[in-house]
Amino acid sequence: MAGVTLDTVRKVYAGNVEAVKGVSLGIEDGSFCVLVGPSGCGKSTLLRMIAGLETISGGEVKIGDRIVNQVEPADRDIAMVFQNYALYPHMSVYDNMAYGLKNRGTPKDEIEKRVKEAARILAIESFLARKPRQLSGGQRQRVAMGRAIVRKPQVFLFDEPLSNLDAKLRVQMRVEIKRLQRALGVTSIYVTHDQVEAMTLSDKLVVMSGGQIEQVGTPSEVYRRPETRFVATFIGSPPMNILPGTVEAPGRVSIGGQSIAVTDMREGLTPGSAIEVGLRPEDVQAGGTGTSSLSMDVDFVEELGATQLFHGKVAGAEFIVQASTGQLPADTRRLALAVEPANVHLFDPQTTKRLGRV
Amino acid sequence: MVENRPFAQFMAYLTLALGVVIVAFPVYLAIMASTFDAATIINGNMPLVPGDQAAVNYPRALFYGGVHAREPVAGMMFNSMIMALGIAIGKILISILSAFAVVYFKFPFRKTAFWIIFITLMLPVEVRIYPTYKIVADLGLLDTYTGLVMPLIASATGTLLFRQFFMTIPDELLEASKIDGAGAFRFFKDTLLPLSMTTIAALFVIQFIYGWNQYLWPLLITTKSSMQTIVIGIKKMITTTDALTEWQIAMTTAVLAMLPPVLVVIFMQRLFVKGLVETEK
Repeated sequence: MAGVTLDTVRKVYAGNVEAVKGVSLGIEDGSFCVLVGPSGCGKSTLLRMIAGLETISGGEVKIGDRIVNQVEPADRDIAMVFQNYALYPHMSVYDNMAYGLKNRGTPKDEIEKRVKEAARILAIESFLARKPRQLSGGQRQRVAMGRAIVRKPQVFLFDEPLSNLDAKLRVQMRVEIKRLQRALGVTSIYVTHDQVEAMTLSDKLVVMSGGQIEQVGTPSEVYRRPETRFVATFIGSPPMNILPGTVEAPGRVSIGGQSIAVTDMREGLTPGSAIEVGLRPEDVQAGGTGTSSLSMDVDFVEELGATQLFHGKVAGAEFIVQASTGQLPADTRRLALAVEPANVHLFDPQTTKRLGRV
Repeated sequence: MVENRPFAQFMAYLTLALGVVIVAFPVYLAIMASTFDAATIINGNMPLVPGDQAAVNYPRALFYGGVHAREPVAGMMFNSMIMALGIAIGKILISILSAFAVVYFKFPFRKTAFWIIFITLMLPVEVRIYPTYKIVADLGLLDTYTGLVMPLIASATGTLLFRQFFMTIPDELLEASKIDGAGAFRFFKDTLLPLSMTTIAALFVIQFIYGWNQYLWPLLITTKSSMQTIVIGIKKMITTTDALTEWQIAMTTAVLAMLPPVLVVIFMQRLFVKGLVETEK
């Protein structure tokens, strides 16, 4: 087993397009690291550089203590699961899984032992003789994972492995990947654009945007204390509401004349200066009253079964509130929102960075 | 579309049948002619039902030949077979390798290389026949199998076909085999070649028939009768200067000449059609 260390890794494509702009990141041995971000943020490029499928324009990639910049993908001791599975269509499931070992000159009985073992873990024993096209999407995904497992690599790399599956299967496979990674204890790097996958799978969540890391932390750290407005709105569903406001006094901001208290606020902000106030739809208490409250004009309501989403405006800005179904009548036109001071996030409108306590 | 109009259906079948008759009748006539003796054909009243001379005509054509040409068709068929197989196999080898290079390797002037190959599409043998003849003659390859086969191997069709096919193979497959420790050659052998099987079959059928039916090139570079191909043989049997054409032997030879391409198509048809319409990856 080994950790992965990235030191100011850069990727510049022909025509001076900088896809990855100096990323430094340490991934501990045995941990599950998820790279998440919108498409084009460089997360896949970064993964492919770790895999050795893209050349590294600058910086260093280390697997364990070894710098692998110039090492062939096959010699990096990694295994990769692709979005479209990339199974060899003309080979049986067994041969697909055995191919990498065969190329390495692993003895036949050892190959058979490992393939059988992986097939048992993934519950694909009965398909070993079949061709990939005779399998469903979920089964193909398992075979792709089996191909990774049999290699017993130092690092697993996953490139959006669940994107081609339907919603139900995705949830199921997500849980399985997590369980498998726990059981095998292999360092894993997982790329996705789905923030739910990112939150549920990761020990270490890396949010990327525009070729750079926005924030690194545990899922709850990233969720509870987003460092930038981008992270705040990207992680969480529905996304965090951002309202324009002004600084009133230490620990207080005003939104369109309505004053609310804030726990996590940087000291020394000039009263009267503009500030962005972030509130998660699930963090505001609809219909509640308290020391801090806002009023909201409701436009319409989305029914999600267990919860309802109230869409409307607070101080002229779009706002979404999540409430348990039945808590409020669906024809509510005006809502009072109680805001817990600890749940208010403040961002600098210019730099978009968090203005919390230092 | 659900339709039930008997008359329209009848007309459709009639048109089809008419087409088949028009195309197939000359072939039928040739087969019939190969079962009569010379006299029956010459007097102009050849019946349209099989005669009784097939057992005489076929062995004679195969092992003796025409009265004047005196060249057994078996030998010509052997020459044609070498030429057709040589061209088909040679073309497949050259074009799959060059397509592999053009698609999977990044080297300077890759595009240029591809375009140079592409341009040769516009230069069929007939257009470049004089320079090609000159080169082959200077190399001392007249009246040899190498001379028959080699100039016809080089052409862009196969390269293009394989290139198009390779482009449809997802990049991830190459990447997966890189990670699985397969180098370029192993990727070619273990993944690309098995996936190309149907394309190879399609190309084989087309090129075998192309090679088998060559007329101009073998006519130019073969002078020895022992190097003749069957297509030339038929021609020689028909043009006789001071004697009656032995039509029954000419027709027998024609039927024999049709046989190998027909067999190739019949046996490779399934693969061939799959190769041309291949979509499933």
